[in-house]
Formats: sequence, structure tokens, C-alpha cells
Amino acid sequence: MAHGRLALGVALLAAALLFPAFVTLPYPRDVLIRIFLFATLAQAWNVLAGYCGQISLGHAIFFGTGAYTSGVFVARDVASPWAAMLVGALLAVVLSQVVGAPVFRLRGHYFAIATIAVGEIVHILAVNWDFIGAARGLYIPIKRPDSLVNFQFHQSKAVYYYIVLGLLLLGLGVTRLIERSRLGYYFRAVREEQDAAASLGVPVARTKRVAFAISAALTAACGTFYAQYLLFIDPESVLPLSLSILICLVAVLGGVGTLWGPLVGAVVLIPLGEVTRIYLGGTGKALDLVIYGALIMIVSVVQPAGLVGIARRFRRAA
Amino acid sequence: MGLVYALIAAGLSLIFGLMEIVNFAHGEMLMLAMFASFWTWALWGLDPLLSLPLTAGLLAALGWATYRGLVRFILDAPMLAQIFATFGLAVFLRSGAQALWGADFHLVKDPLVEGRLVAAGVFVGLPQLVASGGALLAFGLLYLFITRTETGLALQATAQDRQAASLMGIDTQRMFALGWAIGGACVGVAGGLLTTFFYVFPEVGAPFALLAYVAVALGGFGNVPATLAGGVVVGLVEVLGGLLFDPSLKLIGVFGLYLVVVLWRPQGLFGRF
Repeated sequence: MAHGRLALGVALLAAALLFPAFVTLPYPRDVLIRIFLFATLAQAWNVLAGYCGQISLGHAIFFGTGAYTSGVFVARDVASPWAAMLVGALLAVVLSQVVGAPVFRLRGHYFAIATIAVGEIVHILAVNWDFIGAARGLYIPIKRPDSLVNFQFHQSKAVYYYIVLGLLLLGLGVTRLIERSRLGYYFRAVREEQDAAASLGVPVARTKRVAFAISAALTAACGTFYAQYLLFIDPESVLPLSLSILICLVAVLGGVGTLWGPLVGAVVLIPLGEVTRIYLGGTGKALDLVIYGALIMIVSVVQPAGLVGIARRFRRAA
Repeated sequence: MGLVYALIAAGLSLIFGLMEIVNFAHGEMLMLAMFASFWTWALWGLDPLLSLPLTAGLLAALGWATYRGLVRFILDAPMLAQIFATFGLAVFLRSGAQALWGADFHLVKDPLVEGRLVAAGVFVGLPQLVASGGALLAFGLLYLFITRTETGLALQATAQDRQAASLMGIDTQRMFALGWAIGGACVGVAGGLLTTFFYVFPEVGAPFALLAYVAVALGGFGNVPATLAGGVVVGLVEVLGGLLFDPSLKLIGVFGLYLVVVLWRPQGLFGRF
């Protein structure tokens, strides 16, 4: 069993690594890049919400932090996007602590709604902040030639692909480490019963802060990647409530609080969006979202542990 | 506007008080109410004010159906499932409306009441005035219903203690469904009133719902009369914020207020617990 799983993992990883060598068309590569991006975002959210039980509906603010840091760095020639990725992650960690200090005193629904409020405040501020382009958005100037230093590749998407794959592996690795560590047990204790955890000596406030920091840093790194990939960002694309929600939907569909759930969710949701857009006619119809919504309702009612939970149930029955 | 917020928030507060579930699809129910009154106007030329009973009835049915078809199954589920079940419903309804009717903005032209009043140099739009009056009236009726009728008292009993209420012979399942129906009706009335002066489009619900959450939190979750005060405060802060600072920043005041209140008094300004 353990060997079979290891072999499966190695095979999947090999397939993922070799994919760009066999598929050179830009479109499938783009779809996979977005699958990996959203899997990583959902994984970051999952660390906080799935393992630690703090449901944040404002995660776009960290994504926006990462995206805008690299946008400003490159557009104003401050430093390379790689430095921006680090600085963005750091800023996101700082932001998460500033937000977390008051908001973590709230529980359950109050926490979720408070994160919406924080997200909307940041969104409105960004729309009105001229330094970062306000509502007009920010163009990231194209730099030639393609190079790893500039984090821009116009000849081929392959390098973007490998970078985002790296981010995904980082996300999975971090989650795996957390799952196995004392911190992971703290997280789950806080999720299950905060008061009981506190009475057993779990430092509840610190545990939540750590979870928020890890989650924010990873989300910000994804934001930087997104900015360098699309080369244009504005508040409507990197800070809206709908982005925060999409991140949650991916994780919830796949399976909250599981290692593979976010990846499974992204593998299902992103192509689903593509297929409905292509076959049912896209422009403004939002049919993909109709299906998302229905799926989320069904999953919440039938199996809150998501697709991964359903798979587990089948395996147990078999 | 504050009174309309309060009416939207009342339904939310009632549902939360009954079963400690936040209806994240509340804004989308408002959107459907507005579309319902828009379509009765567009197809049959019925003014939104005249179709109010119809809209309220439709939304009450929708609220009831939401309970029977969805919420009933997640009463004892983990909080995550509760949040995302209604969240999924919200996404479903919003994008469904967009798929059916497009993302365009609609407006009811030549409503029954239009124009404005000038009193001491202050302009007050007549539709807004009617909406406030209507919201206040609906609120009063709701208050009388839950405090003066037997069914209303049963509703309150269920909110206080589910088990004790069912031991007293109250059918809690029916009370829950009734709570959702009333919540739907409130939103239906609010939607009908809003349609007289506000654009109708699939995304319209979200901002109102956010303000309603703030109003509910201000008043204290589950406390229906206090929600009225919460709604008025939200309306005032929104307008004053727009006046004192920049209109584009006015919502920051509202959300900032929410954060201050939930941190300082998590039970709301008038909360019981």
C-alpha cells in the first residue's frame, strides 16, 4: 500500500515534470499553470482554514500584497521580482499579524465576516491609492530578453510552468511538514475545540498567528507569480471578494484539512470552468459558476470533507 | 437607506437567532426579490410597490424551500459545512441570475412614486422616503408578530432553547422553516422597495448583504429589534462617511465600524449574551 502510493506519487511528479517537453501548445500549459496556481492558493488557505479552523474570506489581500509588491518593484525599477516575492511574502506576514491581532479574538462566523470586512477595506483603499495605479491598475513593463533574473519569459511558458510547479511542491511540502509536526497537532487542537486546547497548554493565540503567517506568505508568493505571469494587475483582478471565495471553493470542493484536497479541487474546478466556457458559450453567462455553486452545496451537505473525503469513504468500503 | 438595511438585516438576524447559521445567500435572495419586482413591472407593468405582496410571498417560498432543501441537512454539521452550504447557494443564485438575465443593469422607469421633497434646503427623494416608511412598517409588523402572536412566541422559544421548545410541543422543524420564510419575506419587501430607485443586476446583493451583516453584528446576532438600530447606524455612518471624507471611501467607515464594534462588544451594541 505504502509502496504503491509512493510509486503513484513519483509517477505523477515525473509526468508533471515532463509535461512541457511533450506538450508545447501554449493553451494546455496555461490551463495547467492556473491549476497549479489555484492549487497552491487553496493549499495556503487550507493551512489556516482546514488545519487551524479559522475560515478566512479575505485571503485576496495577501495575494494582492504579493502582486502589488512585484508590480511596484518592477514598474519603478526597485529590484528584481524575486526580491519582490520575498519582500511581498514578508509584507504579507506583517499584514497578517496586524490583521490577526484583533480579528483572532473572534470566533466562527464573526471571524469569517470580519475577514470579509478587512478584505473590502483593503480593496477600497487600493482602488483609491494612486501610488499603485488606483483603479487603473499597474502595467509591468516588458523586459527583454527572457531571463530568470527578470522573471519574464515571452518565448515559452515552460519556465513559468516550472516555477509554479515549484510553488505547488513548496505548498504541499510545507503542509506535509505541518501535518507531521507538533505545530500540526496544535492546529487541529485549536480547530476542534479551542477552549479544551487552551486548557491543555496549547498556546492558542500564537498557534493561530503562526498559521496565518504561513498561509499569508504562501499566498503572497502566488500573487507575485501571478503579476509576473500576466504583467498587468488591478484591484479588480487581485483583490476582489470573488477571488477570496474562489480560493476557498477550490479547497472546499477538494477537501478541507487534507493534504491533497486543494490539488484535487483545482484539478476539477479549473478545467470545469474552461469546459463550460468553451462548450456552453462564455461571455458573461457565468455558467461555470452555476455549476461551482451547485457542487459546493452538494459537497457541503453530503460530505464536508470534499472529494478526498468521498474517495476515502469508497476505499474504506472496498 | 438605514431602514432598508435594517429590514434586510432583520431576516438574517432572525435566522441566526433561531439556528446559529449565517445565511451567506441573503444578498442573493435580495437580488432575486429585486429581479422579481423588476420582471413583474417589465412584463405586466405592475409597479414594484404594488407587487410587494407578490414579491414577499415569492421570497418567503424561496426561504422555506432553502430550509427544506438545503439547510435542514446541515443543522448539526461542522461550521465549515454550514458556511459553505449557504455560500454555494449564493454563488449558484448569483451566477444563475447572470446566466438567465445577463449582467446588465435594469431600472424601473416611471415608478408610481418619483420626484423629491425639499425641506429646509435638504433634498429627500420621494421613493427613498416611501422605502424608509415601508421598511419601518414591515419592521413593526414583524416585531408585533414575534412578540404578540402565539406562533411568534413559539419562534422565540425555539431560538432560546431548541430542545426545551420541542419538549413543550413546538414543532421546531416547522419553526425553522417558518423563520426562513419570514427572513425571505423581509428580504422580499426590502427588494421591492429598493427596486423603485435602485438598479437591478445580478451582483446587486453582495454589497447590501455585507451592510446587513454589519447591521446585524451591531445590533447583536439574533436580536431582531436591535437590528433596527444597527441598520440605522450603518445608514448614517455610510452617509456621514461619504460627506466627511470621500464618497468613494464611505464603505471603509462602515466596515471599520464593524471591526471596532465586534472587537469591543462582540455581542453587539444591545446584545444579550
